[in-house]
Amino acid sequence: MPDHDDGTLNRRGALACMTWAGTGLLWSLGGGVPRAVGLETAVATEAPSAPFRFLQISDSHVGFDKAANPDALGTLREAVAKIRLLPDKPDFIIHTGDISHLSKEREFDDADQILRETGVPLFFVPGEHDLLDDDQGGAYRARYGQGSRGAGWYSFDRHGIHFVGLVNVVDLKAGGLGNLGPAQLDWLDRDLAGLASSTPVVVFAHIPLWTVYPEWGWGTQDGARALASLKRFGSVTVLNGHIHQIIQKVEGTITFHTARSTAFPQPAPGTAPSPGPVKLPAGELRKVLGVASVTFVRGAEPLAIVDTPLAG
Amino acid sequence: MPASLPPQRHRAGRRAAPLLALLFILAGGPEARSADPVVVHIDNFTFGPDTITVAPGTAVTWINGDDIPHTVVAKDRLFRSKALDTEDRYTFVFTQPGKYPYFCSLHPHMTGTVVVTGPAG
Repeated sequence: MPDHDDGTLNRRGALACMTWAGTGLLWSLGGGVPRAVGLETAVATEAPSAPFRFLQISDSHVGFDKAANPDALGTLREAVAKIRLLPDKPDFIIHTGDISHLSKEREFDDADQILRETGVPLFFVPGEHDLLDDDQGGAYRARYGQGSRGAGWYSFDRHGIHFVGLVNVVDLKAGGLGNLGPAQLDWLDRDLAGLASSTPVVVFAHIPLWTVYPEWGWGTQDGARALASLKRFGSVTVLNGHIHQIIQKVEGTITFHTARSTAFPQPAPGTAPSPGPVKLPAGELRKVLGVASVTFVRGAEPLAIVDTPLAG
Repeated sequence: MPASLPPQRHRAGRRAAPLLALLFILAGGPEARSADPVVVHIDNFTFGPDTITVAPGTAVTWINGDDIPHTVVAKDRLFRSKALDTEDRYTFVFTQPGKYPYFCSLHPHMTGTVVVTGPAG
């Protein structure tokens, strides 16, 4: 995709000085009006220019109907309704995979129909649940793969930020973790080669690129090689899904963040016999489902990731 | 030393025999050694039992008891199930003796092995 960034050196310099920060601001669906005013007010007073914002949504698992959430389509619909209530429209939405539960056309259709209602462009990477058709991902690539390479990886630029979508759910090896593979890693090196180190980079993929909990496969075997390629950049944010819970980590200039699911929660690492869906008491589910909002404010406060539950 | 190795091994084998028999029973009972159908249950992201020993000609059936789909894929791709949703099953008939390591291609930390012993059926 073309880079519409017409930024000057000054702007690049300013961007380079920014860091990324996570915050725990929550807002409530129950009250009808998002309570994120703290952030919005701060932005309005400190930075006259409008902030650049995108959203991360993940693990919608459309088609899932088991005890942990008999209506995953319904909770995705609630998440989208919530996005539509945002006072400032996001520039776009990144979906970090497991759009569907079983890669059925009907599931993709339902997901697309609801996600379209956000009215903003969507970018996708596949989760392992999106590659379950007989063609092992043919359905996903036909629908979401335009302009991508290999199993569906690609990059694009917005507002001076370089975005890279990676696929780490293909060709997984017995006993192993998520996998990027040499072809994709080589492409990543070429993709990043022309960028100044001051360019903020956002990398998104389904399975965490760093090792969260290998006993449950929560990591990427060759993720360290991708992170090594990103080391020279002053600001890198890695957005993942897959584990259906928020886990954040900062390592040098790299901030890692995993998003909630809109379908069902999974246990914290090692706290259950398996990473299977957690069934919560009635009324608790929507507190652990949600989306993440990533805001990039120029010349003022740093970028912030705000995780928003469906209900507070 | 090499001259004394065979009798040592023999004695060790005799001592281990009852233990091995017990292990076979624990691993799947006497039926695991016959050509009767054998079932491997997938629960809590685990193949149970993770290792089974069967006779040639045995039909092995995997049943997914989890709320999350799994697959059964041979490491050498000899067999590969579709995604098994809850209570879905997949059967493969093992005709040739050998060791068949397999895994779930969605959750590759899930691994298991089918050992086929005896003459080809």
